[in-house]
Amino acid sequence: MIASLRWLSDLLGTRLEAAAVRDRLAMLGCPVDAMQSLHGGLERVVVGLVLEAVKHPNADRLSLCKVNAGGAVLGVVCGAPNVTAGKRYPFAAVGVTLPNGITLERRKIRGEYSEGMLCSAKELGLGEDGEGILELDTEAAPGTPFLDVLPVADTRFEIDVTPNRPDLLCHAGLARELGAVLGRPVRLPAIPGASEAPPPRATRTAGPRGETAGVPVTIEDAEGCPRYAAAVLRGVTVGPSPAWLTDRLAAIGARSINNVVDATNYVLYELNQPLHAFDLAKLAGPAVVVRRARAGESLVTLDGERRALTPAMTVIADAATAQAVAGVMGGASSEVSAATTDLLLECAWFEPRRLRATRRALGMSTEASYRYERGIDPEALPANLERAVALLLAVAGGRLDGTPVDVCPAPIAPRTVTLRDDRLAHLLGVAVPRADAERALTALGCVVLPREGRLTVQVPSWRPDLVREVDLIEEVARIVGYDRFPEEMRPYRPSVVPDDPSEQVAGRTRGVLTGLGLHEAMTVPLGPRHDERAVGVQNPLSQEEAYLRGALLPGLVRRVEHNWRLSERDVRLFEIGRTFAPGEGALPVEEIHVAGVVTGGRRPRHWSEPAPPDVDVFDAKALLEAAVRVACRGATLAAEGERLVARLPHGTVVGWAGTLEADRPAWAAPLVGFEVLLRADAAAAPAVRPRPRSPSVDRDVALVLPEASVAAEVEAVLRASAGPLLEDLWVFDEYRGAPLAAGQRSVAWRLVFRAPERTLREAEVDAAFQRAVTEVETRCGVRRREA
Amino acid sequence: MSGASADLVAALAALRAEAEALIGAATERDVLQRLRTDYLGRKAGRVTAILRDLTSLDIEARKAVGQAANEAKAAIEALLETADAALAARAHASSADLTMPARQAFRGALHPVTLVVDEICDIFRDLGFTRVTGPEAETEQYNFTKLNFPPGHPALDLHDTMYLGPGTLLRTHTSPVQVRTLEAYPPPIRVTIPGLCYRRDAWDASHAPVFSQIEGLVVDEGVSFVDLKAAIGYFARRFFAPGVKVRFRPSFFPFTEPSAEVDVECQICHGAGCPVCKGTGWSEIMGAGMVDPAVFEACGVDAERFTGYAFGMGPGRIAMQRYGLSDIRMLYDADVRLHAQFVEAR
Repeated sequence: MIASLRWLSDLLGTRLEAAAVRDRLAMLGCPVDAMQSLHGGLERVVVGLVLEAVKHPNADRLSLCKVNAGGAVLGVVCGAPNVTAGKRYPFAAVGVTLPNGITLERRKIRGEYSEGMLCSAKELGLGEDGEGILELDTEAAPGTPFLDVLPVADTRFEIDVTPNRPDLLCHAGLARELGAVLGRPVRLPAIPGASEAPPPRATRTAGPRGETAGVPVTIEDAEGCPRYAAAVLRGVTVGPSPAWLTDRLAAIGARSINNVVDATNYVLYELNQPLHAFDLAKLAGPAVVVRRARAGESLVTLDGERRALTPAMTVIADAATAQAVAGVMGGASSEVSAATTDLLLECAWFEPRRLRATRRALGMSTEASYRYERGIDPEALPANLERAVALLLAVAGGRLDGTPVDVCPAPIAPRTVTLRDDRLAHLLGVAVPRADAERALTALGCVVLPREGRLTVQVPSWRPDLVREVDLIEEVARIVGYDRFPEEMRPYRPSVVPDDPSEQVAGRTRGVLTGLGLHEAMTVPLGPRHDERAVGVQNPLSQEEAYLRGALLPGLVRRVEHNWRLSERDVRLFEIGRTFAPGEGALPVEEIHVAGVVTGGRRPRHWSEPAPPDVDVFDAKALLEAAVRVACRGATLAAEGERLVARLPHGTVVGWAGTLEADRPAWAAPLVGFEVLLRADAAAAPAVRPRPRSPSVDRDVALVLPEASVAAEVEAVLRASAGPLLEDLWVFDEYRGAPLAAGQRSVAWRLVFRAPERTLREAEVDAAFQRAVTEVETRCGVRRREA
Repeated sequence: MSGASADLVAALAALRAEAEALIGAATERDVLQRLRTDYLGRKAGRVTAILRDLTSLDIEARKAVGQAANEAKAAIEALLETADAALAARAHASSADLTMPARQAFRGALHPVTLVVDEICDIFRDLGFTRVTGPEAETEQYNFTKLNFPPGHPALDLHDTMYLGPGTLLRTHTSPVQVRTLEAYPPPIRVTIPGLCYRRDAWDASHAPVFSQIEGLVVDEGVSFVDLKAAIGYFARRFFAPGVKVRFRPSFFPFTEPSAEVDVECQICHGAGCPVCKGTGWSEIMGAGMVDPAVFEACGVDAERFTGYAFGMGPGRIAMQRYGLSDIRMLYDADVRLHAQFVEAR
């Protein structure tokens, strides 16, 4: 909502200060997003008193003036016919830049120096009047800033009005809100040129049919239009608007069209009442019928588009065809034109939900539909129509024909809400004195009846949001002021809701992976279609972000490529996030995954040593192992082809690690990565073994493995057959090359033997060791390599 | 293989063996430097010389000798480098110039949004809050209806929604988890709810179609607006600065009433008014309010007996303010030069 400070000031009958209004509105719940002074560039213009004005010796149309502008008396050359000694005018001294961009210089005009300029309204950007300089009706001392005395200064506010407050989409509503805290009533400003006597109020009908000036007005669709008022004006002259009206609209950024359109817009922005003027001569009948559109019916709207209508929409029709989409836009065929003399002026209330559905179906939104779908004041129709008629008669001439009609088949009952004193105190946390609550509600237009322990509150018709007790509690808090409630820490009971274990696991996983030198990334879960089963968004912004990810790694690989484009060679990233797969029901199945990618050297380069080797798949394996330990307890790893695969005990695959495909520049290292399911199992406390008191005995064995054999299998047999004295074993070397045959390799294990409570004898170690070696030679087809 | 090329290959093998022995015996780094020149020097290197003379051989021989020479060159190069590093290490172990750069390990950083989310959750944990999450794909019921967004209400215009199917969508806020928590647990409830949300917003410097949000929910008997103000004030003073000014302004959310926007004194100008706060002296940090009775009713909670408050904020936006990030896209880029700056951050 765009509002003018001046307009608000006029409604409250006082001069408001812009910053104060901004702060007040913010504390009332309508923050000002932007505040613009509409006289920018005039800050250095001052009041100048002309002491003397004589004809220029060398030019007939120029005057030589002596001007007091607060300092020394200045000589000024002036070309305006109306310059008069003893009067005050806006004065711009040398060096001042005017809104038209001109910076004044000291210069000679026909042989006489001018030390500045007396300005016209046009030169100050305040209007079109450039004929003479702007005479100021003020006694202000010379040198006073011009803006302090300017009668047309204004500030434009862009106000963020929340969707529950349609009543604030107009100046009267905002003024009413300000008035509630300032203690001032709202009075509509007089219309320049309007007759003293107000036009007659509309006559209310009991049923769905009425008539004004011989034009029948019928509501056939009372559901879509509960109330419809209309007036007929004859003999109007469509033409330009008077300056006061164009200025007022210009202040809120609205363009002047003609006097009829401007008058209806004025009422829209003043009273939140959308109006529509039909050219009466173009209405068949003439008659007005508010009905549902017929199947197959269409209408060319004011914007020139042909709109296909459906019976779900309400239209305003004449005796023959639809002439307007109710509350959204009028039709082109009955539009007011320069030739129009007779008007039918519509002032109606349309049902918000129907209207919203209609304008969405038509794919359009107008100032009128925006207000109707939020809910205007249904009781204000007669008064608003009266204001509109008076304004139109003042700016477009003509006369009102007959008495306006107000068709309202079902009376609109006022809403009454009960507010309990104890509930008010309970929710707000402190007792609000009853007098304060009453005062707050009354200031907002409520009618308050005090009862025993409660208030019976009749809420104003312009507040569709006040329906329940809690709505009134908010109003009391708002008007009393949120800042009046204390910040007092009171006792509370702790939460019964347990911490989400997946959040705890995610936190520990982050710690582990950052410790391993990976930065945490946050990639976008939306991307292009990655496979047949991808979960799609029905209304994506682009095909590039039309599907939900099924895995984290593709997004991370794209981020590595991004870093490669920035010439970064060492890139180590991880992410914890949700993935999506089609589910049994309507919703997709979500899993929390952890994934990581690394490329570049195995450690940062240091001057003391050669460049470290690049990462390979064993780095990915290390990360997968670390991630499994912290985030996917119970999973085991197995080599499958080029990949390591993580499985749960029952066989479900939950993750993998390996080398990744990427768009890799020649200088970059290989890219490896892993991804694994994050399970919400809380980690078990580690079972700490007591520190052994007896010494251990080591035995090394190098085994030649044939091509098909894998280390894990050999190790499993060694472990199983070495007996209870074996404490641990691990691979410490691998060798390929002569004298081994191609495809063969030698893998060396260290076996550590220990008896917990005693020192081992060589013989028993040898026996256990030999048993293991023999077993592995028979069962795995390996042979011991001679030392 | 011709005789000449066989001789050359044999000579290369001998050179390689000789170099290996000499490199192994070297105890000074300048010896290694001399050996490099002797064998690999561009002008007089002995291996280089053989490579240079390849042109005089026929094509077959050129291939064989070229390969052997390149292998010898690479092998000697590697030996030199390893030996040099070893000698260098030995040298600086005894008489180190401690102004030389330290040996580093890779260090990873938490994402700035994680830093902010964790800090927020930790502060509220001190007020007895636990931390919960919920699904990102939701139903209209949970995302809107049960949160008192009536179908066809203009408030829906503020939530430009990505739909997955009829009645299913990507959540536009973390508030559906409020509903899920209310349905699953009897009060007292005190939870923080971090998570990703989705809106159909095109990318620009301050908008992303996915963003993080964090909400809080407190429900018990006798929870009031005073408790809300106290909790948020406590949070703001711990998160921003001790003694920071906090302001509650009326606002509107369908699922709270009374509703408020919470501002803290602008951390740039400290209330004087600057371009960052648009001259107001305040910056908006969260929305908050008392849980609307309609939400309680939709979740089967007795709205007369229980009251509560909720609040929500954007950790991404807060991270941008706190760390001076000008563009929201920086949060999603995973640019390692940015993230490396967060290794020690909190």
